[in-house]
Amino acid sequence: MNSVENSSPTHLETDVLVIGAGGAGMYAALEAARAGVSVILADRSLIGRGGATVMAQMTVAAALGEQTPNHWEYHLADTLAAGRGLCDERLAALLCEDGPQRLREMDEWKVGWAREDGHIKQAQAPGHDRPRCAYVDFLSTGPAVSKTLRTRLKSASGVRLIGDLAIVDIVVQDGEACGAVALHLPTGRAVTLAAKAVIIATGGLTGLYRRNSASANMAGDGYALALRAGAELIDMEFVQFFPIGHLAPRLIGMDPIMWDPFRYKLGGRLLNSERQEFETTYASEDSRSDGRYVLTRDLATYAITKEVEAGRGSPAGGAYLSFRHVPEAEIRRAFGPVVDRLLANGIDLARQDVEVAPIAHYTMGGVRVDETLQTRIPGLYAGGEVVGGANGANRLSGNAITEALVFGARAGFNAAERAKARNLCWSAEAARPVLGLLRSATKRDAPNPSAAIAGLQTVMADKVGPFRTEAKLRSALSSILQLSQEIGNVPLSTGAAFDTTMVDWLDLRSMLLVARSVAEAALTRSESRGAHQREDQPRLSEDWCVNQIISLSQGGISLRRIAPANGRPVA
Amino acid sequence: MKTTLRIRRGSAGETPRFEEFDVAFEPGQSVLDGLRMVRRLIDPTLAYRYSCINANACKECMMLIDGTVDYACTVRLKQGVMTLAPLPKKALIRDLVTEIAPPDERL
Ligand SMILES: Cc1cc2nc3c(=O)[nH]c(=O)nc-3n(C[C@H](O)[C@H](O)[C@H](O)COP(=O)(O)OP(=O)(O)OC[C@H]3O[C@@H](n4cnc5c(N)ncnc54)[C@H](O)[C@@H]3O)c2cc1C
Ligand code: FES
Repeated sequence: MNSVENSSPTHLETDVLVIGAGGAGMYAALEAARAGVSVILADRSLIGRGGATVMAQMTVAAALGEQTPNHWEYHLADTLAAGRGLCDERLAALLCEDGPQRLREMDEWKVGWAREDGHIKQAQAPGHDRPRCAYVDFLSTGPAVSKTLRTRLKSASGVRLIGDLAIVDIVVQDGEACGAVALHLPTGRAVTLAAKAVIIATGGLTGLYRRNSASANMAGDGYALALRAGAELIDMEFVQFFPIGHLAPRLIGMDPIMWDPFRYKLGGRLLNSERQEFETTYASEDSRSDGRYVLTRDLATYAITKEVEAGRGSPAGGAYLSFRHVPEAEIRRAFGPVVDRLLANGIDLARQDVEVAPIAHYTMGGVRVDETLQTRIPGLYAGGEVVGGANGANRLSGNAITEALVFGARAGFNAAERAKARNLCWSAEAARPVLGLLRSATKRDAPNPSAAIAGLQTVMADKVGPFRTEAKLRSALSSILQLSQEIGNVPLSTGAAFDTTMVDWLDLRSMLLVARSVAEAALTRSESRGAHQREDQPRLSEDWCVNQIISLSQGGISLRRIAPANGRPVA
Repeated sequence: MKTTLRIRRGSAGETPRFEEFDVAFEPGQSVLDGLRMVRRLIDPTLAYRYSCINANACKECMMLIDGTVDYACTVRLKQGVMTLAPLPKKALIRDLVTEIAPPDERL
């Protein structure tokens, strides 16, 4: 018997329920509260701590135009180019047009954007045609964004913050979202939440992969919540791998993608085990090079993967990144306090190389929404990285935090407008199946769910990673099916408070569904485009200038195609 | 290299017990890396809090490590025995998990 079974659920009511307290969720809650409705902001972790936002250390892109003349349409042009024909232009335009307003509001709220000569300073990042990326020194962008929003929330009226509350399913009555069912981790109690509108702001899915930049809460809950509620997903085959994620030696207290700015500023060298610089070879030989920058993210990922496959990888299975040719004083001038943080980790860049490898970093695909950020289920909205479509087949650096702030704010506002016009329509009947699932949990001899998660991450990394083939994808799908059978339909539980076993089981239930969505979409797309690279289909195909839409039908996944320009079906 | 994690376990209201887990590690790995290995390889029921793993940004993994309050993700594993216990001044939930959320951010 577990604690869910012991007690009747706690019931809460609110106008707007926001799931996930990252940049998107916190902005959504603020904006909904500003519109005058009551809000519950729930997170499976602590408020403002659990996701990618607090970990991001780099930049936020927006056409502020204070430093260099800029217009949001230039930003849009770059975003669309990176998306290789697949962006939902309405969403991409929203991101670029609202970006400056959100960054300025954050500035008023004292986020502390780095300044120069009285204006917000903006750096230039690859793929952007001009300096467009604001940041908070030193490598403090995400923590500053999180803290600023969290501080605002503390004084916002009508917002209730609840941490340690994992949302297990959205409740849908008569085709409309009417709330959710959650598991309260400290007590193991089920909680029902009635709401007039629900916003999914649960972040990305990179935790599906073995090497990733994810937190423990980023294995893709939101995609599964949306699918099971009847909403659609779009572009799920597009997962961005960051080519030079930190691999070794063990480094703590730093963002694993931190080597990017080091490379821009100091020009680090990528070397294989024979200490050859291999990047340029691939840049000139490979037809995939788009000629715009030396090596795009996709191409750098390709080059490192191929070197490792050819037996020329570094000891930990990646490539060496070396700054030993850069004078020590220059390294210190460029990165001051960060150099000390590295030294505290036992890494002396002037004397020692580090090892890097591609890591899963961001999810372009996601929940399909219209320009009001609403899914096809009325009352169910999405905001932040969990939304699909704005970035198409690849994302520009700096666009993700902007997307979180912009989409979060828009979803919050629109959800509030809906809530104002309606009454609560909670249905205990509609909540019954998921409450039943939680109650059915048993203690039993079964596979260690934590090990099963690690197993799935290995399958995804090896078979659904940056370079795919039909054979690998089919093999991944059969492993996913087998894992699903092994974990069964009845949750595992220890019956104790903070039931890690049950949480792992519930995570697996969602991860397997989302993993399947990624693999199925990747298998069907028989071409290479942006972040989706098929070794057996290496060319971009005009026929594939379409988005793939995923939905659930009778427990199975079904795929259909639409034209990016107008969202109309394509045969 | 090998370390023995001696972990104080039990829920609020129970008599606490110590359990020992041996984990193999590489130099530089954190206590949190060790705890994650325990869950994956030995006992999936072990409870501890963490989110960010590498970034030391979430500040959720605080516990008593060899008698000192510290982050499990920044303290390195060392050879021999390391003793882990929940934060002494916070209400215990289970094993290494305590109630650390501000009161107005709880259910
Ligand atoms: C290490 C790192 C560095 C990055 N650097 C940059 C950068 O420099 N610039 C940039 O633009 N982008 C960057 N990105 C991407 C960017 O940070 C994210 O896309 C963005 O912050 C996502 O915000 P979000 O609010 O959508 O999600 P998140 O910030 O990930 O928040 C999601 C929240 O939802 C919660 N949650 C999940 N599931 C549930 C559930 N079932 N119930 C309740 N709560 C749930 C999680 O605990 C989490 O708190 C980086 C990402 C990472 C991982
Ligand atoms: S795991 Fe986030 S600070 Fe330790």
